[in-house]
Amino acid sequence: MNSLIPLLVAAPLAGAALLLLGGRALDRFGHWIATALAALSFAFGLALFADMLGRDAEHRAVVERLYTWIPVDGFQADISFQLDQLSIVFVLLITGVGSLIHLYSVGYMAHDERRRRFFGYLNLFLAAMLILVLADNYLLLYVGWEGVGLASYLLIGFWQHKPSAATAAKKAFIVNRVGDMGLSVAIMLMFAEFGSFAFGPVFGAAGDASQGKLTAIALMLLLAACGKSAQVPLQSWLGDAMEGPTPVSALIHAATMVTAGVYLITRSAAIFNLAPDAQTAVVVVGAVTLVFGAIVGCAKDDIKKALAGSTMSQIGYMIMAAGLGPIGYAFAIMHLVTHGFFKAGLFLGAGSVMHGMNDEVNMRHYGGLRKYMPVTFWTFLLGTGALIGFPLLSGFWSKDKIIDAAFAKGGAEGWILGLCALTGAVITAFYMTRVVLLTFFGEKRWQPDGDGNLPHPHESPKTMTIPMIVLAFGSVFAGGLFTLGSSFLNFLEPVTGHQEGHPPFNSYVVSVIATVCMLAGVGLAYVMYGRGPVPVKAPVGSLLTRAARRDLLQDDFNHAVLVRPGSALAATLVWFDSKGLDGFVNGLAAAIGGLSGRLRRIQTGYVRTYALSMFGGTLVLVASTLLMRSV
Amino acid sequence: MISTHVLAAVGGNSPSIPAPHIEYGQLSPMLVVFGAALVGVLAEAFLPRRLRAAAQLGISLVGLVGGFVAVVVLAAQGHASTRAGLLAMGSVAIDGPALFLQGVILLTAVLAVLTYAEGRLEPRINGHRIDAFAAQAAAVPGGEQEREATREGLRTTEIYPLTLFAVGGMLLFPASNDLLTMFVALEVLSLPLYLMCAIARRRRLLSQEAAVKYFLLGAFASAFFLFGTALVYGYAGTLRLGEIADVVAGTAPVTPALAVTTQNDALLLIGLAMLAVGLLFKVGAVPFHSWTPDVYQGAPTPVSGFMAAATKTAAFGALLRLFYVAFPGIRWDWRPVMWGVAILTMVVGSILAVTQQDVKRLLAYSSVAHAGFILTGLIATDRRGVAAVLFYLLAYSFVTLGAFAVVTLVRDSKGEATHLSNWAGLGRRSPLLAAVFALFLLAFAGIPLTSGFTGKFAVFQAAAGGGATPLVIVGVLSSAIAAFFYIRVIVLMFFSDPQPSGPAVAVPSTLTATAIAFGVLVTLGLGLLPQYFLDLATKASVFIR
Repeated sequence: MNSLIPLLVAAPLAGAALLLLGGRALDRFGHWIATALAALSFAFGLALFADMLGRDAEHRAVVERLYTWIPVDGFQADISFQLDQLSIVFVLLITGVGSLIHLYSVGYMAHDERRRRFFGYLNLFLAAMLILVLADNYLLLYVGWEGVGLASYLLIGFWQHKPSAATAAKKAFIVNRVGDMGLSVAIMLMFAEFGSFAFGPVFGAAGDASQGKLTAIALMLLLAACGKSAQVPLQSWLGDAMEGPTPVSALIHAATMVTAGVYLITRSAAIFNLAPDAQTAVVVVGAVTLVFGAIVGCAKDDIKKALAGSTMSQIGYMIMAAGLGPIGYAFAIMHLVTHGFFKAGLFLGAGSVMHGMNDEVNMRHYGGLRKYMPVTFWTFLLGTGALIGFPLLSGFWSKDKIIDAAFAKGGAEGWILGLCALTGAVITAFYMTRVVLLTFFGEKRWQPDGDGNLPHPHESPKTMTIPMIVLAFGSVFAGGLFTLGSSFLNFLEPVTGHQEGHPPFNSYVVSVIATVCMLAGVGLAYVMYGRGPVPVKAPVGSLLTRAARRDLLQDDFNHAVLVRPGSALAATLVWFDSKGLDGFVNGLAAAIGGLSGRLRRIQTGYVRTYALSMFGGTLVLVASTLLMRSV
Repeated sequence: MISTHVLAAVGGNSPSIPAPHIEYGQLSPMLVVFGAALVGVLAEAFLPRRLRAAAQLGISLVGLVGGFVAVVVLAAQGHASTRAGLLAMGSVAIDGPALFLQGVILLTAVLAVLTYAEGRLEPRINGHRIDAFAAQAAAVPGGEQEREATREGLRTTEIYPLTLFAVGGMLLFPASNDLLTMFVALEVLSLPLYLMCAIARRRRLLSQEAAVKYFLLGAFASAFFLFGTALVYGYAGTLRLGEIADVVAGTAPVTPALAVTTQNDALLLIGLAMLAVGLLFKVGAVPFHSWTPDVYQGAPTPVSGFMAAATKTAAFGALLRLFYVAFPGIRWDWRPVMWGVAILTMVVGSILAVTQQDVKRLLAYSSVAHAGFILTGLIATDRRGVAAVLFYLLAYSFVTLGAFAVVTLVRDSKGEATHLSNWAGLGRRSPLLAAVFALFLLAFAGIPLTSGFTGKFAVFQAAAGGGATPLVIVGVLSSAIAAFFYIRVIVLMFFSDPQPSGPAVAVPSTLTATAIAFGVLVTLGLGLLPQYFLDLATKASVFIR
C-alpha cells in the first residue's frame, strides 16, 4: 500500500511533463488527461486514507524512502515521503479540491488557446504541493516549496499578454523569494545545529538545542510561512495575484500555496513549542493579518480582491491558532480544511459570475444576478454563510474553536487575541454580506464592456456548476462532521499533539458572542448596501476607506521602505561595478594587451635577435645559479 | 665507462675493446623504430615511386605500433617497476618514466603519421593525390624544377623515415642515463626535425626560413648542452647521471682527481645551468622560446603538431631525468632558478598569445605557456611531481596533436587559412569541427571535464605540495590570461558572423579523422575518468639510478 505514496506525486507530475512537453497533439484532450490524473491522485489519496484508518493510531504514520538524493559524507538527503495524519489531510484537500478545480477549469478555460499549457501548470502545482506536504525532510520540502512558487508564478502570469498579469506574477514570485530565504536559512541553521534536516532527527534533538537557536530557526520558518501564506509583512502579493485566471485563485487560496505556511508551522510544532518567543511572533502576525485582511476586504469593489482580502484574514486566523501551540494546531488545520471548501466554492462562484458578465470584476457593475444564476447564487450564499460562521455551517465550527483557543491563551494576551478574533468576525460578516448584496441583490448596474456589448448573464456550464455544488456540500457539512465526537481532533492528535484550552468562559458563551458579532456585521452591511441603491461609481469615502482601497498602503510602504532604498543601493552598486570593477578589469585586460603588443616587438623574426636573447638568457641563468650558491 | 672507452679509442693504444653487453629485449622499442627507419630508407631507394607513399605509411605504422607493443610488453613484464634497470653498459635506463614517456611518444607519433598521409585536403594534380609536403624538397621554391615536380605529382615520402629517426631519438632521450647518450639522442631527434620543418608544400620560403632558424638556434642550444656536459665531467669525472649524483652528494669514493675538481663548485653549477639551457630550448621555455612561433608557423602543420607534442614530451623526460637523477643533491641551487624560468615562461607565453592573429602562432605561444605549467610540476622535486608531469604530457600531447590536425582542415584556395579572422563564424558553417576545436581549446585552458583540467590540477597540486605555492598562484593567474585567448577563439568561431569569402572546411579521409577522434577521445577520457591514468603515472614515477 505504501508504494502508492510516490504515485500520489507521480500522477500529476507525469501529467505536467506530458502536457508541457507533449506538443499540440494533446491540445484537444490534454485537459481531460490532467483532470483524470488529478482525480487519480485523489483516488490514491482516498485509498491510502482508508488504509490508514484501518491501523491503530500509533501505526498510522508511514515513511516511504525512494532513494538517496545527495549521498555526501555527513550530508545525507533522501527522496523520502512521510504520510501521516497531517499529511493525509493535506493530500485529500489538495487532490480533492484540486480535482474539482481542474474540472471547473475545463469549462472556464474552454476558449483559451493555451489551455493545454494551463492544465500542465495546474498539474505541476498539485505535484509541487504534494511534494511539500509529503516530504519527510526539510530539504525535500524545500523542493516542493520552490515548485509551488514556480507554478504560482506561471499561473498568476498565465495571461502574460496583460502587463498587469506579468507584473503580478513577478511580484508574487519576488515577495515569495523573501520568504524562501527564510526557509533556506532555517534549513541551514538546522543542519548546523542538528547535523540533519530530516523531521525525525531534528524534532528528536530539538529539546537539546539552546533557546536562542530554536527561536532563530522558528523565526526563519515564520518568515517563510509569511511569504507563502501572505501574512503581514509579506502579504502584498496576494491581491495582485488575482490577475491570474479565477480557477488559479481558487487553487492558490483554497487548496494549495497559502496553506503551505500553516502546514510548515504545524509540521514544525516540535520546534515552535520550545520557542515561546517565536510563538508570540506567530500569534502577533496572525492577529494583525486577520484584522488587516478583513479591513482590506471591506473596501474592495473587485469581487476577487475582496475575496483575496478575506483569504488573508482567514489564513491569519489559522496562523494565530497555530501560534497558540498545542491548544491550537488541530483547529488551525481544521479551519484550513473547511476554509478550503468554502473559499474554493466562493472563488469558483466569483469565476462563474465573471464568466456570465463578460469578465467584469467590479461588483458595482453587478447587481440582481440571483435570478440569472441560481446555482451560482445558492452555492455562493452557502459558502458565504460558512465563511462568516453562520451557525451549524462549516466555518461556524472551526472558527469558534479558534476564538475559543485564543481566549484560552489566558491573561491579557488571551483577551487581546480573543477580541481581535471577534473583531475579525464582525468585519468578515460585513464584507461578505456586502459582496453578496452587491452581486446578487439590488438593481442591475450592468455596464457595457469594451466592445459596447451589455452582458447577458447566464448560468455556467455543468463542468463549472458541479464542482461548485460539491464544494457547497463541503461548506455546509464538513465542519459539523469534523466536530462530531471530536473526530478530526482525535485523528490529528498523534501528530500535532493536543492540549485542552481553558477559556475564561464556557465555549457556548463564545459561540453565542461570535454569532452575535456575525449578525451585527451582517446587519451593518445590510443597512449600508441592502436598503438603498448602490452608486455605480465608488464614492470618495473616508480616509480609512481610501487607505483600505489601496490595501492599507502596503505597496506604498514597501515602495518607500524597501524598493526605493533598494533601487538606490542597486544603482550605487551598478555604478561601482561599471566604473570601479569593470574599469579595473578592462584596464587590466588593456594593460595585458598592451604588454603583449610590447613584448611582441622582441619577436623580430631575426635569428640574430633570437640567438642574442638565448645568450642573454643563458648568462642570466648561469649567473643566477651561481648567485643562489653564494647567497 | 663509456668515457674511458672513448678515451681509450682516441688514444689508440688499447689492444682490445671489450664488446659491450646489450640487452636487446629491453631496448626493443628503440630498435624496432630505428629498424623501421632503415627499412624506410631502403624503400625510398628501391621501391617504385607510385608505391612509396603507401609502403612508407605501412612501414612507419608497423614500426611505431611495434614499438608501442614492445613498450607495453616491457611494462607488463615489470620493467617499469620491479625489474627497472640500467642497460647497454649503464648508458640507457629503462624504468617507469622512460617507458611511460616512450609509450606516449609512440602513440603520438602514430597519430602524427596518420595526419602526414592525409591526401584528400589538397586538390589532385593530374590525378595524383598530394599531401602537405613539398613535391621535391630540393627544388628551388618557385623555380621550374619545382613546377615540374608538382606537375608530376611527386611527394616527399622521405618524411616518414625522417620521422622514424626522430622518434627513435625521442625514445632514447628520456631514457638516456649518461650525458653523452643524452646529447646523441638530442641530435638524433633534432636533425630530422630540422629537415622536416623545411618541406612544406605551400609557403615554402616561410617553411625553409623556419627550418634554418630552428637549425641555427638548435645548434646553438646543443652547443650549450655539450659545453655543460664538459663542465660537469670536469667536476665529477663521470658522465653517468647516477655517478654524478654520488659525487655531488659526496658518497663517491674520493680519487685524487676528484679531490681537486670537487673543490670548484662553479664547474658544477655552470655546467648544470648550461645543460638546462640545452633542454629548456627544446621544451620552449622562456627566454629560449623565440624559435617556437616562427618554426611552428612555418613548418608543415602535421609536423608542427608532431613537434609540439612528441618533442616536448621527450625533452621534458630528459629534463626530469637530469634533475631528478643527476642533480637532486643540489636542488636548493637549481630550484630557485627554475622557479624564475617557470614563472617567466607561464607569464610571457600567456601574455604574448593574447595578441596573436595566426592560429598556428597562437598554438605555439600556448605551447610555451604550457611548458611553464609543466615546469611547475617538475619543481615539486618529489614523486608526485614526476607523476603529475607524466600525466600532463600524456594529456597535452593528444590535445596538441588534435588541435593541429584541425588546423589542417580549415582551408582556402591558398592552403590552410591560419589567420584568425578566417575562423570567424566557423561554428555556423562546420559546427562539428568547430565544436571539436572548441573542446581542444577548453582542454588547453584547463576547463573541468577535459584532460587539461586534470593535468593542470595535478601539476599545481604537486607544486603546492612541494612548497611552491607562489608558483601555483602565478600559474593560476597565467591560466586566467590564457583562458582569455582560448575562449576568444571560441567566441570568434561561434558568435561572429562568417566572412563571405571565408575558408572552407575540407572533408578529411579516415586518416586525419582517426587522429582527431583519438584526440577527442583521450581529451574527454582523461577529463572524465582520469583515475586509471593518474594511477599509472604514479606507478611509473620512480627513476632508476
